[in-house]
Amino acid sequence: MTNEELVREFPEWSVEKVAQKVGVDSRHLAADDETAGDMAEKAARKLFAEYGVSPKDIDFLMLCTQSPDYFLPSTACILQDRLGIPTSAGAFDYNLGCSGCVYGMAMAKGLISAGIARNVLLLTAETYNKYLHPQDKSNRSIFGDGAAACLISTDGFAEIGEFALGTDGSGANNLIVKTGASRQKRATGYFVEDDEGHIWYDDYLYMNGGAIFNFTLDAVPAMMKEILGKNGLEKDQIDYFVFHQANKFMLNTIRKVCVLPKDKFYINLSTTGNTVSSTVLIGLKDCMDKQAIKPGDKVMVSGFGVGLSWGGTVLSF
Amino acid sequence: MDLNEFVTSFADQFDETDPEEIQAETRFHDLDEWSSLMGMSVIALAKTEYGKTITGKELRECVSVEDVFNLIASK
Repeated sequence: MTNEELVREFPEWSVEKVAQKVGVDSRHLAADDETAGDMAEKAARKLFAEYGVSPKDIDFLMLCTQSPDYFLPSTACILQDRLGIPTSAGAFDYNLGCSGCVYGMAMAKGLISAGIARNVLLLTAETYNKYLHPQDKSNRSIFGDGAAACLISTDGFAEIGEFALGTDGSGANNLIVKTGASRQKRATGYFVEDDEGHIWYDDYLYMNGGAIFNFTLDAVPAMMKEILGKNGLEKDQIDYFVFHQANKFMLNTIRKVCVLPKDKFYINLSTTGNTVSSTVLIGLKDCMDKQAIKPGDKVMVSGFGVGLSWGGTVLSF
Repeated sequence: MDLNEFVTSFADQFDETDPEEIQAETRFHDLDEWSSLMGMSVIALAKTEYGKTITGKELRECVSVEDVFNLIASK
């Protein structure tokens, strides 16, 4: 969906302004009958084809999603079958958003280091647009549906370093879909105006933009310091920074607060929007294709958002 | 913190509004260009320039640009 299409529904809005501020020109939307599981399957098949990976070699599958196909079973179990992964493989879903890719790397590294698995297929897939209220122009301009796939193995082209992870559940209400799960199964139809004058619908995704923004500006600089410390690195030894692509404005502000050079800081969500847990993997692939990341580079990756939850590490290419 | 400097920085956040239009006593919520995205810019300004955290709610309660200045100064 392009900004032109979106603005047709909100004639009071300026296309240029949206594009300039959030950095999104167009975003993909999952079809009505297309799920995060379907998109994760497509991403996995592309990975298999492009890198000559056989599904028979996968011995663990994890899917990060907050829009699973069913309450149960885990979508990852269904994907094991659909992808032709051996029944001897472990599989599960885990529920995280913007920090999810980094947590997947941490868990995969743990499984491999412990000798539990050798080839972990990490999938991230999200269809937030299905959770957005039709009138929620802010979030509809930011979020795109998307999926990504990554193989984490005993060897490869990027070594995963030490992690900094964090959680602050006191901020759970700042990014939430309240109804549909066990706490409140039935839709309430209830809505209220929030602190910033936005409408908070119980039955749709709600984000307190100011609170998430402030959280990020506090959490990310501290996390960056911790990642550097744990990996025994100085900031100028990092060749490239690929952070969660929340939106262009937030990324620029993070860059300023963290005092990072523009030419080492990845910002590109113009054709995807914020794809939640997939932005870091999509960004890494984009950087590798454009050779912004080369062998020998140290790349800091990080994710932060819903939970509230955050995490980061260094990848040595 | 200097009020005049702050008013200039505040006015810098706008793209289309004439900086002359923005004074300490300006009721910024009434400006055509004001939006929730502009609010984010001001929250970012407080953070990046002054190292202070202000919330969307506090900003909403401010009427004039000087109110925002006082809010940040009080942190």
